[in-house]
Amino acid sequence: MIGYKKKDESKLHLLTEASLKEIDVWINKYPADKKQSAVMSALRIAQDQNRGFLTEDLMDAVAEYLDMRPIAVYEVATFYSMYELEPVGKHKIYVCTNISCMLCGSDTVVGHLSKKLGINLGETTVDGRFTLKEVECLGACVNAPVMQIGDTYHENLTEEKIDQVIDALD
Amino acid sequence: MANIEINGKPLQVADGAMVIEAADNAGITIPRFCYHKKLSVAANCRMCLVEVDKVAKPVPACATPVTDGMKIFTKSPMALDAQKSVMEFLLINHPLDCPICDQGGECDLQDIAVGFGQGISRYHEAKRVVADKNIGPLIATEMTRCIHCTRCVRFGQEVAGIMELGATGRGENTRIGTYVERTVASEMSGNVIDLCPVGALTSKPYRYTGRPWENNQSKSIAAHDCVGSNIEIETRRNKVMRFLPDDNEAINEIWLSDRDRFSYLGLKHVDRLQSPMIKQGDEWKETDWQTALNYAFEGLKTVIKKEGVENIGALVSPSATVEEMYLAQKLMRAIGSNNIDHRLRQADFSDQDIAPQFPALGQSLTDLENNNAILLVGSWIRKDQPIIAHRIRQATRKGAKVMSVNAVDFDFNFPIEEKVITSPAQMVDSLAAITKALLTLTGKPAAEGLDDLLSNVKVSDAHSEIAKKLHGAEKATVILGTQAMLQPQLADLRALANVIAELSGAVMSTLSDGANAAGAWLTGVVPHRTCGGEAIVEKCGKNASEMFVSGMNAFVLLDVEPEFDTANPSVAMKAVNDADFVISMTPYVTEEMKAYADVLLPVSPSSETSGTFVNAEGTWQSFAGAVTPLAETRPAWKVLRVLGNIFEVDGFDYITSEDVREEAKQQAGTLNTSNKMQWRCPSSLAKSTDAVNRIGLLPIYAVDGVVRRSEALQQTDDAIPACVIINADLAKQNNIQDEDNIVVAQNDVKLTLRVHIEDSIPNNCAVIPQGVQGVEGFDAAYSEITLSTKS
Ligand code: SF4
Ligand code: FES
Ligand code: FES
Repeated sequence: MIGYKKKDESKLHLLTEASLKEIDVWINKYPADKKQSAVMSALRIAQDQNRGFLTEDLMDAVAEYLDMRPIAVYEVATFYSMYELEPVGKHKIYVCTNISCMLCGSDTVVGHLSKKLGINLGETTVDGRFTLKEVECLGACVNAPVMQIGDTYHENLTEEKIDQVIDALD
Repeated sequence: MANIEINGKPLQVADGAMVIEAADNAGITIPRFCYHKKLSVAANCRMCLVEVDKVAKPVPACATPVTDGMKIFTKSPMALDAQKSVMEFLLINHPLDCPICDQGGECDLQDIAVGFGQGISRYHEAKRVVADKNIGPLIATEMTRCIHCTRCVRFGQEVAGIMELGATGRGENTRIGTYVERTVASEMSGNVIDLCPVGALTSKPYRYTGRPWENNQSKSIAAHDCVGSNIEIETRRNKVMRFLPDDNEAINEIWLSDRDRFSYLGLKHVDRLQSPMIKQGDEWKETDWQTALNYAFEGLKTVIKKEGVENIGALVSPSATVEEMYLAQKLMRAIGSNNIDHRLRQADFSDQDIAPQFPALGQSLTDLENNNAILLVGSWIRKDQPIIAHRIRQATRKGAKVMSVNAVDFDFNFPIEEKVITSPAQMVDSLAAITKALLTLTGKPAAEGLDDLLSNVKVSDAHSEIAKKLHGAEKATVILGTQAMLQPQLADLRALANVIAELSGAVMSTLSDGANAAGAWLTGVVPHRTCGGEAIVEKCGKNASEMFVSGMNAFVLLDVEPEFDTANPSVAMKAVNDADFVISMTPYVTEEMKAYADVLLPVSPSSETSGTFVNAEGTWQSFAGAVTPLAETRPAWKVLRVLGNIFEVDGFDYITSEDVREEAKQQAGTLNTSNKMQWRCPSSLAKSTDAVNRIGLLPIYAVDGVVRRSEALQQTDDAIPACVIINADLAKQNNIQDEDNIVVAQNDVKLTLRVHIEDSIPNNCAVIPQGVQGVEGFDAAYSEITLSTKS
């Protein structure tokens, strides 16, 4: 009401020890008074510890740790499509639909994935295993069409290749 | 200097200036939305595109620095075409709902679309819609209208100092807002209404009440703090519609605090007194001015005859005008009494004889920005004087270090380098410790008695850091804030703050409550000094506290509600209730007044009278009435003049308020803005006790009757209700939980109050605000209290 935040309002405890340690690595890469430069990595780390998506509380915790206003963190988290603000499936499938991939048939890729998984772009399967997302250029145009699952790129996609990749996932 | 040409006109411009600045200075219009002279350059709206010779594409004038020999064209086919296209893009998602938009008539988008857009829209596709979020009682949002100029976002980051609004999402999905539903908490938030170039952010209280072209503007001065922000009062058919800031670079620049902007809502409160009233027996009856004034005169006459003139006292609001103050003291002194005071909330008067000429900032507001170190003592400057806090914030952006010695760990909107948070009494010890550190640092001789006083004082790291930073700064200021002025340790705090300022070569500043405490001191609305500052030794009058404590047979109150406006409401209320005769000159009438007063005289708030305020710099600012007074209300200076005539005292034949002001100004003599005082050593330092001490904080929206009656301000989070705020330790010791209702006892008075636990309160202290509804019955704002869990 009149002073600084109460201790019990702190949300820092939501970040795990391991996450904090990892965030520190990033903080140390920047000058001491520019902690907020680590915000993108911090958000990624927070997202990873939370089954792939961010909550408001987690973003507040990041804000607190980096001495930022919460809204400044929300700005970053909502700007980049790789931060998830809703629960996502175990496997996030990012399909590139940008120009090169589109010319090389990303429409077929999206269509096949949709049919195979029974979901549209932006949706998650009921069993919570897959989320299908449309993304902009993944920077692998030479081997278009491209999709990214987790940290792995799958290139020169055909329907058969997609089936192989998806079926191999747990 | 660069030689450039805009539209063929040769100009000399400072190096590094942006093209738009050069054009503005030369009076050449370039349309813009995101550029604002007080904010950083964002260059995101692209409305300011102009053509530059030898540059293939149009460039944004707001983000293009001038270079020597540059030739700029703002009206070439390329520039006009670019501007027209940008306008078309901006309107794609704009709802074009001008007929139902409050911004209509004062909308940059409307004006620029007419001036630079094309008449017809080619866009037939669907438009984007943005759901609104409630961001509090002051600002109405209609975010579908937003054009993402981010002025409001930059204002939060750069001026208000707390970023509350942000741009979330991206591209078509960008939204301006708080993301999570929250009320914006800045005490300067209303400025985004002026900054927003479209109708996305508008005034909630003013919503749908008028169109700008129907309003008249009169210049006036804001009446709620010692800054004297310049305002424009907008009126329509003799009604106040709203307050807007008026540009004055030397004072409030283009800003206005929310308190000064939204206080006008209190002017039309139902409590407004409509006509003079007198009490006969137990009956109140409305009457005409002649009868009421004669009744007042007779009443005072009777008391004077029976009890002597030394038994009447006058109390004047620290926000009354110079004219009112001057006449009030002239009248009182003419009839033979020096019992007059404006320091209603003050608790310690022991150094009044050596007090400076008036509580002064000691420098100009603009100079404040050039400080390298500032020590705040007993100041919640962000809420006490938001505009001064803004200046300090600008100083910190240039590298100034701000330090604080306070009884609460206040949330400031600038970084605090060092702080000492202690009980109010121990703030004296802290200042003593800083003094000690400074003596060591400078090797200067200690003033008389200081060595003894300091012998047992422990200097902590924070103390010596504060001393070092003040001493090391090229330009430093020690600010004795409004909260300190109300503490019972005022004399000691002031004496030591002065020594600290002297030792460290800093300017000493004092910031009082009210809009015109400076005017009050200068015109002699104190019992011990005349207008002009001459000491009254013989027949020195009683100060506000003495008048209440000893009781008076008659009181003359000018815009005072003793239950809210005094340091000790229970004593003050007892005094006015026990008095034989009370005249209350007031804009409002309350049940309490009806109980203690005998005559109620409706007098004008500052919007309805001409007058003058002297701000903390010592600047005299006069204003005219914006509207004629409500119903039978009259300006208080006129009422006092007539009273003077009835009392048949000489020199009360003024025709205009200017006559009064000129006389007052002449008598007040030359201004002395120095706060330097003769040294008087504090007698002792705080004894530590186990008792719980009340901190009678004065909240931002409790300062005067008008503000207290502004409904919108009272709905904000800054309107601190009657409650007790303690830290977790004290709560634990007393077995108290957050949100409990507990009984708080002060002397004989007991009150049940809601508990809030905050870590910002020192041990054994409890903030119970003063001036708010619910603590009227309480005693001294700073004193011992007991807490108990039983209700
Ligand atoms: S709300 Fe107004 S000031 Fe803020 S970004 Fe939108 S148009 Fe600009
Ligand atoms: S367009 Fe798909 S990877 Fe570049
Ligand atoms: S005013 Fe220049 S880009 Fe907005």
